[in-house]
Formats: sequence, C-alpha cells, structure tokens
Amino acid sequence: MNAEAGVVATLGTLAPGFRTFLWIALAVIVAGIGLLVASRRGSPHYRRRVALVGRYLLLIVLAVIVLFPIYITVVDSLLKPDQVVAKPPILFPLHPQWSSYSTAWTQGHLGRYLLNSFIVTTVIVAGELATSIAAAYAFAFLEFPFRRTLFVLFLATMMVPLEVTFLTNLSTVVSLGWYNTYLGLTVPFLATGFGAFLLRQAFLGLPRDLRDAAKLDAAGHWQFLRRVVLPVARPSLAALGIFAFFSAFGQYLWPLIVTKNDRLRTVQIGLKFLANSQLNNFNVIFAGTVLAAIPLFVLLILFEKQLVRGLTAGAVKG
Amino acid sequence: MAQVALREVTKLFGDVQAVRDVSLEVEDQEFLVLLGPSGCGKSTVLRLIAGLDTPTEGTIEIGQRVVNDIEPQERDVAMVFQSYALYPQMTARRNIEFPLKNRGTPKDERERRVREVADALELTEVLDRRPAQMSGGQRQRVALARAIVRRPEAFLMDEPLSNLDAKLRTQTRTELIELQRRLATTVIYVTHDQVEGMTMGHRVAVMDRGVIQQVARPTEIYDHPANLFVAGFIGNPPMNTVTGSPCSQNGDVVIETASGSIPLTPGQQDAVRRSGVTAVVAGLRPEHVALDPDGPISASVAVVEALGYEYHVVCRLDDGQQVIIRLPAEAVVPQEGEIVHLSADPLRLHLFDAATGHGIAT
Amino acid sequence: MSVTHPFERPDRLPDESIGAGRKAPAPRSRRRRRMMELMLAFGLLLPSLVIFGVFVFYPLIRQIYLSFFLTPPFPGEPKHYVGFSQIQQVLSSHDFLNSLGVTLLFVLYTVPTGLILGLLLAVLAHQQLAGIRFFRTVFSSTVATSVAVASVIFFTLLNPQVGLFSYWFGTQGQLSVLDDPRWALLAVSAVTIWQNLGLSFIIMSAGLQAVPDDLLEASRMDGARVWARMRHVILPMLSPTLFFAIVVGTILSLEAFGQIDILTAGGPLQHTNVLVYAIYDQVFNQDNDGRAAVMTIALFLITLVFTLVQIWLLERRVTYER
Repeated sequence: MNAEAGVVATLGTLAPGFRTFLWIALAVIVAGIGLLVASRRGSPHYRRRVALVGRYLLLIVLAVIVLFPIYITVVDSLLKPDQVVAKPPILFPLHPQWSSYSTAWTQGHLGRYLLNSFIVTTVIVAGELATSIAAAYAFAFLEFPFRRTLFVLFLATMMVPLEVTFLTNLSTVVSLGWYNTYLGLTVPFLATGFGAFLLRQAFLGLPRDLRDAAKLDAAGHWQFLRRVVLPVARPSLAALGIFAFFSAFGQYLWPLIVTKNDRLRTVQIGLKFLANSQLNNFNVIFAGTVLAAIPLFVLLILFEKQLVRGLTAGAVKG
Repeated sequence: MAQVALREVTKLFGDVQAVRDVSLEVEDQEFLVLLGPSGCGKSTVLRLIAGLDTPTEGTIEIGQRVVNDIEPQERDVAMVFQSYALYPQMTARRNIEFPLKNRGTPKDERERRVREVADALELTEVLDRRPAQMSGGQRQRVALARAIVRRPEAFLMDEPLSNLDAKLRTQTRTELIELQRRLATTVIYVTHDQVEGMTMGHRVAVMDRGVIQQVARPTEIYDHPANLFVAGFIGNPPMNTVTGSPCSQNGDVVIETASGSIPLTPGQQDAVRRSGVTAVVAGLRPEHVALDPDGPISASVAVVEALGYEYHVVCRLDDGQQVIIRLPAEAVVPQEGEIVHLSADPLRLHLFDAATGHGIAT
Repeated sequence: MSVTHPFERPDRLPDESIGAGRKAPAPRSRRRRRMMELMLAFGLLLPSLVIFGVFVFYPLIRQIYLSFFLTPPFPGEPKHYVGFSQIQQVLSSHDFLNSLGVTLLFVLYTVPTGLILGLLLAVLAHQQLAGIRFFRTVFSSTVATSVAVASVIFFTLLNPQVGLFSYWFGTQGQLSVLDDPRWALLAVSAVTIWQNLGLSFIIMSAGLQAVPDDLLEASRMDGARVWARMRHVILPMLSPTLFFAIVVGTILSLEAFGQIDILTAGGPLQHTNVLVYAIYDQVFNQDNDGRAAVMTIALFLITLVFTLVQIWLLERRVTYER
C-alpha cells in the first residue's frame, strides 16, 4: 500500500471536527518547538519567557493526548446511552447521569467482581511479602550449602512467564479441586523470584555494624528480623507490596481460565463480560471501566514514590 | 590474672594476613589501648575478641575461658562501634533495653537499669527520641549506655570518638576515662589517634600490619620505643630520625652523618659495637634537640612555625634530612635560612638498626 | 556526664549477671549450630520452593514432555507418542509461522516506540517548571490502567458503528479498524503502547534522575550543545535504564494476551494471532494440548533467546557508574 496515498486518503475521510483538532495540535506542537528553537537568540529575559511558553505548550498538548482516553471514558460514563453515541461527540457531561454506575455495580456485577479482585489481590500480596521476606532473610543472613545455586534458581523463575506454565497449572489446579475457587486464583502466585531478589538486595544493604550489634545484643533471628531488619527495609517492602498489588490486580489470563462464573470472576475478566453483556449501553460499560480503574488510580496517587521504586528496581543502577 | 587473652592468634582473609601471631594479655580492670594506623589489624583483633570473626589460628580467652567456639552474645562482652550502630527505628530507650530484653530480663528490672544508665550518662531527656533526632554526642552516649547496661566482663570500643567534633572529643575522652575508673571494668579500646592512646590507657599496644610492635605503659612507649615504627608513630611532632653510620673517632664510636658526628655514651657505644650494624638511625624527640653554637651537627633553618605557645623550627641537614626543634615561646628564634648548630643529650638519644628498624638495646 | 553510684560493679553478686557468660552452660558445638541454621534456612525457603516446583518448574518440564505426544481427537483416548514429529510438524506449520511473525512484528511495533515515547515524555517532564508534578502524574497515569481496562476503553471507542474514534477517523459504519487486516495489528500495538506509556515514563524518569547534574553542568561549561550533551552525557548515563527497559519490555510484549483477547480475538484472519493467543486458542477452542505444548515451549525458548541475546549484545554497551 502506498504510504503517502494512504495517508492522504485517510486524512480526507477524517471527521471534520477531528481534522480541526489535529491541525490545532500540530500547530501547537510546531509552535512549541519553534519557540524553543527561537529561544536560543535574543536577550536572556526574552529567551526565558519564550522557552517557558514553548515548554508549557508541548507539555499541555502531550498531556491532553495521553489523558484523553481516560477523560472521555469518565465523561461518557456520565452520559445517557444515546448521548454517548451522539455526533458530533459530547465532550462534557452537563447533566451527569450517575445511574450507569449503579447499573454496572448491580446488574453488571461489578460489585462482586471488585470484591473478588480485592480478596485475591490481598491474599497474593500478603503471600508474596511473606515468602519473599523469608527467602530474602535466608539468602542474606544465613549460611547454608548451595546458597548461590538456590538463589539463581529463584531468579530463574522470573524467566518463566505464566504464559508458558498456564496450561499445566490449569490441570494441576483442576485436579486439586481448586478450579473456580479463591485457592486456584491465588496459590500459584504466592511466591516470586522478583520479591526474593528485591528484598535480598535491601537486606544486604543493612549496615554491617547493625548486624554485629544485634548479634552482641543477643537478638534471636525473629527479634532481629522484626525489630532491626524490617523497619530499616521498609521502603523496599512498600515498593514490593505496591508492585505486587498492581501486578495481581491487573492479571488477566489466569483469572480468565480458572474461573467459570460470576461468583469468582475478578474485575478484569468481569469487564470483558460486562462489555459483552451490556452491548450498546456504552455508558454502563464505561462506568464499569472507571470502577475497575479507580483502585489502581487511588494507589497511584497515594503511593507513587513506592511504586516507582518497585518498578525501577534494577533499572537505574543495573 | 588476665581477663582477656589472645594467644598466638592469626587471622587470614583469603591471602591477606590481617593479624599475625598476636599474643596479648589484658588484666582485669585494665584500660588497654590498641593503637595503630588504619589497616594495621586493630579492629580485626577487636572483632576476634567479640566473636564477630573467628581466628584462623590461636585461641582467645575471656575470663580464663577459651571462647573460640562461643557465640558473641554468650561471651559477656559489649561493644561500642565507631558508627554507634544504633537501631534507627527504635527510641533511645528501646535501643538501650534491647540487649536486656533479648536475654529475658524481667520488665521492672529492665526499666530500672535503663533509667540508671540514662541518669548516669545524662540521657534522660532524649530517651524517647530516635537516633536521627539526636546530636552526635547524644548518639555516642546511647551507644555507650547500651553497652553499660549489660554489665559485661569487658568493654570493646572501636574508635568511639572519631565521629565527634574536636571539642566534644576532648571532653568525652575525659569522661570515658572517668567512667572506666568508676566502673572498674576491663576496656579494650581501638584508636588511631595517639593522643587518645597516650592519655586514656593504662597500657598501650601499638600495632602495625597485623603485628604487635610494643605493649607498655604510655610513658614507657614514649621514652623507650622498641622500634622505628613506634618511635615515629607516637609523639607530635614526630621523633626526628637521622640516618648515619657508626665509625670510630678517637677511640669512641660516633654516628657519622652528612652534617656532623653524633656522640654516644659508653653504654651506647658498646651496644652499637655489639650489634654490628652498619647503618644506624638516631632518634631524638624535638624537645630534646637544642640550639647550641658548639653543637656537633650543623643545619640550615628551612621553616619556622609559630604556634603561639611554642615554636617548631624545621631544619635541614646537608643531605636533606629534616630535624624539627621545639622551642618555648619566649626563646630567641633563628631566621629562616640561617645556619645553626644542634646538640642533644646523648641520654635522650634512641638508636635503631637502619635495616630492620629494631631498637638497639643499651 | 556525672557518674553515680549504681554503676559500680560489685564483686560477683549472684543474680547480677544477665544470665550469660560465666555461668553459662557448655557452649553448643559448632556442628549443632550449623545444623540448626541449615534447618532454619530450609524452612524459610521451603514455601517458595514448593510453589516454584509445582507451578513453575513442573509445568515447564511437563510441557516439554507433552510436546512429544499427539493429542487424540476424542478425549479419554490415550495419547500417542510420536517423538519429534509433532514438534517438527507444528513448528513448520503455517499457523505457527504466522503467529511467530505476528509476535515479532508486535514486539517491533511496541517496544522501541514505547521506549522512545517514554523517554521523550521523561525528558520534557524532567525540567524545573511550576506545576511539573501535575504533568508527571498525568504522564504516569496510564500505569494505573490495566490491560483489560485499556482494551475495553479502546474497544468501545473503536466500535465501528458508534465509536468516537471511528467517527473521527471517518470510518464510521465501515469496517472497524480492529477488523481490518491491514490495520488490526497496528491498532492493537497502539493500544498497548498507550497503556504502557505510564510505565515507560516512570522508568525513564527514574533513569534520568540518576544522571548527575554536575556532569551535565560540566559538559555545558565545556561548550557542548544540546545534541552533544545528549549523546555524551545523558545517553551513557541512561544506558543501564535503557538496557533494563529493552529487556523487560521485550519480555512483557512477548507475553501480551489480554489486549488481543478483548480487542481482536486473534483475528482478523489471524493477523493479530500472537503466540500466546494461539496457544490459548489451541487449548480452549481446538482442544489440542499437544500442539499447544510445542508452541508453549517454542515461546519460552524464544523469550529466553531474545533475553540472552539482548543481554549479550547490549550489556557491553552499558556504562555503569564506578
């Protein structure tokens, strides 16, 4: 397909309102970049002002682009179904209809889905923390044969993604009688190599003097862990916890194949079923989406710092 | 009856000999200073006594018991770390009572002892603060309190004053000395600061490169250093060392240097003859060198340092070797560039074999 | 520091000692202590090892084993051992090769783009401007959208009849972008890139923060222009982060499933049938465990090879801080 012809043809078919927006956005971007370039000359005062405006322009345009899908989702969730599909599109709800949310909650079973997600996620996070703390403690503070080999083994599990193991895991779970149960949804994820890795790094970072002092103070393992190690490693624990929460809450493939009815479905799968069952009630679908996204958004706002830590463990220093 | 003893202890880290064949006995209630430059092995010795490392060879005894196989927490020693090693999330109170809590001391006794220690060290106001909210001096006292509250057989201290500012250091030094006298316990104190070593210890053990160079009372170490290393390490400004060779002059043995001959007492002459060394290092403390127009050594004045309470006159001999003289504040001080003559009381002269650094015993 | 009386150490008062030292029982032998430490370590590692064993290593081995067996057409019949022939047949089958191609294209579309966009946003948001925190939160906001959330949003927006994007693109009433074999993979890639933007932004921002300011200032004083600064200071300092992002990004994109499932279900005409989805399809729609097993192992090996090659190729280019 000839690229240029394709582009020209596409441009021609665009809706007029959208075309206008694209031109405006393009203009703003060009202006922003132009201002930045122009800010090389001229008096320092002028340059600073111009550069500033240029920077803000770019930031605003990009922010709008990134945020738009989320924005429109929220907006449309507050409209009536016929308003959602109205053309030209309505971009702001003048009379918000909150009924879509209650429909999603009750008829769309979002309430149940969210509950399941919370239960499953909490159990997984708690389990991951517990097993990771235990393993990291062993790797950081205890001496035993094959310690290095076992650690490599733990790391190796990070290389085997769920997509490779899910088939066998499904039959395992079925044969254990855990199909369509909370056990089936949680147990395979109660341990992770990443957690052991992250916490081991954190534990090893404990100043050696502190370990020696605790030894001389006759602190047993449990006392040492509880009163010295964990308080000092709190940032890493929080990072792991938040990361695990995001990861578990957003799971898709596994809950899809391990649950068979609404009683156990998590919210991610629930969304899919909601989309299929609500068909043209787009506002309800969007409301469900918002409901499904709220927990993570709240966590993002509250725990941004910890999340960043968890996500970038190993990224910056290598 | 030694309270702590090391017998022929060697510690290897891989191929590195951190501690070599060290034997040391510390008496009950003695304040022993382990003094030496960084890397000399003094901290390793301390850790071996504490049980944080195990010796490659040799035995360690605490209270007459061989403790090589005994865990640190069961050796009844307490340690004060250079970094204080305070548990950052615990209040001072919790930090101090931690060792007692772990050993199962009942609550009321615990609280009583913590209170006593805090009172004695003036920590009562900061008891409920965290280390981050305390000054360096307060943290140091909390570390001390944590050690004291256990009433151990011996205290091990690893450069506890080095993180304090100079003024606080001097003040705390005195307080530590008083504390040790009052507590009447054995203290083994590691430092690289020779002032601390000289002022605090009953005895000083000087170490270099894993080997103990000399163990003696501070005055003995100052007046009779066993080898060149000790001579140069103790004393500020350091002892002047001039290399020369022994030769005969009119039947007497003198030390011939580029800038003149140093006379010796008959005893010293015998010792030099007996030792058969061909190159000798003559040592003289700066306060023992005098400006003497009839003196045998000539030198030119390079720098005159005026410290207010005294002068340090830095002179150079003909071959470039340096001699520093201490002159009192009211003395007549030579000009820079002047040629001066130096003499010294031979009784104050220290002689060392230039090849090995060992002292030549008279 | 006043020293008071309670401190003086009386001679050998009986209950003074804290229960340690002089009157302690004979010390535990070193062997026994080591044994206890070993048992403790074992106990601490056991839960993780059990879970790994059952849910990670055993499946891996079983999948290898299964790939040697033909799945019978009717359930209940025994499997038929065929050795390598099934493997060979599957790996050379048109379906598998198509999935392989789609997967590779998908990685190619999403990983570099996501990285560059994330870096761009991070650079823009790295400045000291008033209100920059707001922009940083906006740019990282998509990390809070899960795959399902993003997919449902775009699925609805791309609805051929009434979707907002369909209207804007002028394709309303016609074939949805998602049903168009020419555009489907690109559309899915775009959704994936958008959803990953937050993550990419966060990682790149963290990496940028690690670039020491004094290095930049020194280079500026040395007369380096923007591009030179970028090349000689920022990129090298950023290289560990870039390396991490590439490796992790590739692994994640090879695993992508949710967006395919919701947006296109592998179609149209298998144009978005990535390996993971093909495996899923084999098991749940075509009931063929044997073929799925082969593809699973293939996917695993591909991931492994990609990762190892990337590490081997790229790590040497990474400049770590001393």
